[in-house]
Amino acid sequence: MKKNKTNANAGTTEFKKVPSGIKGFDDITGGGLPKGRPSLVSGGPGCGKTLFAMEFIVRGITDYSEPGVFIAFEEKIDDLKKNFKSMGFDLDELVHQKKLVLDHITIERTEIEETGEYDLEGLFIRLGSMIDEIGAKRIAIDTLEALFSGFTNEAILRSELRRLFLWLKDRGVTAVVTGERGERTITKYGLEEYVADCVITLDHRLMNQIATRRLRIIKYRGSVHGTDEYPFLISSDGISVLPITSMSLTHKASEERISSGIPRLDTMLGGKGFYRGSSILVSGQAGTGKTSIAATFIHAACKRNEKCLFFIFEESESQLMRNMKSIGINLEPWVKKGLLKFHAVRPTAYSLEMHLSVMLKLIGEFKPSVVAVDPISNLYPIGDDIQVRSMLMRLIDFAKSLHITGLFTNLSNDENYGVFAIEPTEMHVSSLMDAWLILKNVEGNGERNRAFSIIKSRGMAHSNQLREFVLSDKGIQLLDVYKGREGVFFGSARMAQESGEIDNRLRKNEEIERKKREIESKRKLMEIEIEMLREKYAREEVDMKILIGQDISRERTEAKTTKEIATQRQVDR
Amino acid sequence: MKILPITPKTNRKKKSEEPASEAWILRLYVAGQTPNSLTAFDNLRKICEEYLECQYTIEVIDLLKNPQLAKDHQIIAVPTLIRNLPTPVKKIIGNLSNTEKVLVGLDLRMASR
Repeated sequence: MKKNKTNANAGTTEFKKVPSGIKGFDDITGGGLPKGRPSLVSGGPGCGKTLFAMEFIVRGITDYSEPGVFIAFEEKIDDLKKNFKSMGFDLDELVHQKKLVLDHITIERTEIEETGEYDLEGLFIRLGSMIDEIGAKRIAIDTLEALFSGFTNEAILRSELRRLFLWLKDRGVTAVVTGERGERTITKYGLEEYVADCVITLDHRLMNQIATRRLRIIKYRGSVHGTDEYPFLISSDGISVLPITSMSLTHKASEERISSGIPRLDTMLGGKGFYRGSSILVSGQAGTGKTSIAATFIHAACKRNEKCLFFIFEESESQLMRNMKSIGINLEPWVKKGLLKFHAVRPTAYSLEMHLSVMLKLIGEFKPSVVAVDPISNLYPIGDDIQVRSMLMRLIDFAKSLHITGLFTNLSNDENYGVFAIEPTEMHVSSLMDAWLILKNVEGNGERNRAFSIIKSRGMAHSNQLREFVLSDKGIQLLDVYKGREGVFFGSARMAQESGEIDNRLRKNEEIERKKREIESKRKLMEIEIEMLREKYAREEVDMKILIGQDISRERTEAKTTKEIATQRQVDR
Repeated sequence: MKILPITPKTNRKKKSEEPASEAWILRLYVAGQTPNSLTAFDNLRKICEEYLECQYTIEVIDLLKNPQLAKDHQIIAVPTLIRNLPTPVKKIIGNLSNTEKVLVGLDLRMASR
């Protein structure tokens, strides 16, 4: 299953490699440990050497069907069995299946007197018989240096050790030999000089009072390998090494858009919301509603039947759920349904690397489609800017490679910056983010309101408008802010401005009405006048017509009279 | 397993202060006929003859023939000599050429004086 995994850093090799089965280790080594050769694992007490060796053997049996032999110089077999039972390794069962041989070699100097020349052929015979017994392909020897406490003749011991490593090579078994770290050398007794192929160191150190486990490959002959220190994690199921720096920017970008859970925000984001698999930064001051945005986003994802993982560094799971209920977001059903998982832990509980390991592990197990981290700013006390940035980068890269959408909140605390001025720490992380939403407290008129804006959203046309961010028992609302000649207003000032504006508008309307009425009445007046004129005219017309009629009849009468007179005079014409 | 019971010489002068002796069982673990294993065997026989007045048995165990015994008897170095009897069990390694150390290792140093 891990055989197919190769990473960009490690190239192909002439060496054949055997997958160790240790999570992540095979990725950073480009396939595992050198096949048929001994590898040295060194480290201080309690750094996980024995676990590394045992996991190599057990995973070899369970995952790659390679029987193995485990030689313990320090721990008794019963103790080993007990210790590894808690990790879920049932050594008894593997021994019973004849796939595992455990041997405890006791060396007590007090009971051994050296009386002349000797060699360690007994050890070789012992190893050989165990290897033959089950046909072992793997062997682990923990901690070989115990021999130095048992035998005084170092000359003999060294030549025998050299012979042992050659012998292991001859037998063709893949071996892991552990050694105690020395003051200046990789191992206390310089075992590294006999192991030419692969040397690994494990480290367990304190930084800012927080313990971090790290693994480094000092040398790996014939193979390209990462030279960094890789953080690793010991959890209930063994070692996980984090090969995250090998991530490259090759993830496929999704065209799919997912809702933010806030309809207005979706509108502002080109109408469709965020891209799936993108990383979103929500930054703002204390109490501006960052967690609410995260919870709303998660709520929306759960409604779509998508799995969500919520890392919270400030509140407990139940506290967060209670608080979110007050804005009408009930996350409880999703938890019960198994869609939502919380991981609440104080940032100072362990180191940055450990946080990352835990996160990656949980993501790998739970396989969510949305991950939220609230807030990333709480990581700053346990690491500097560069460390936090690199951790987030690895987290984001990991999420992106799995098409997981990530939402990260960030607490910005400097009040001296302008309305949406950007803080230096945010500059570090913002370039990792595809979308950046910002919240800001705006004080004025004896109250504080929240302003909201989208600073960037890669790959989409987004609104450049400021909105007022309002939390109510119905959830998040984004309202238009009042924009007038006098500036931008929020909250009750906005409302006052808005109501003032309504008054003005009403007043103007009345004016218009009044003017309209005035015109109307003028028009009516005019019409009446017209009517009067018309009537006057009509009357005059009638009078005139009568006069004209009189004139005509008079004329006719006159003409008739004239004719009659002429007739009477007997005018000849 | 090669068992070589060796009977001690009969006419040895007895020391009065010697406690009542009991039978000694000595096991010599070797890996084949190497110079060291042969030397060890010779040295052991000489020491036994010289210092042990009682009955003693030397078993030579070749781990090449019985590899399992290396694990069972916690053997790493060869040659290894284990005194099974008398108790407590004593373990010494090497080709037994340093007689002084062998005597100390087998608690014979005191007895020989």
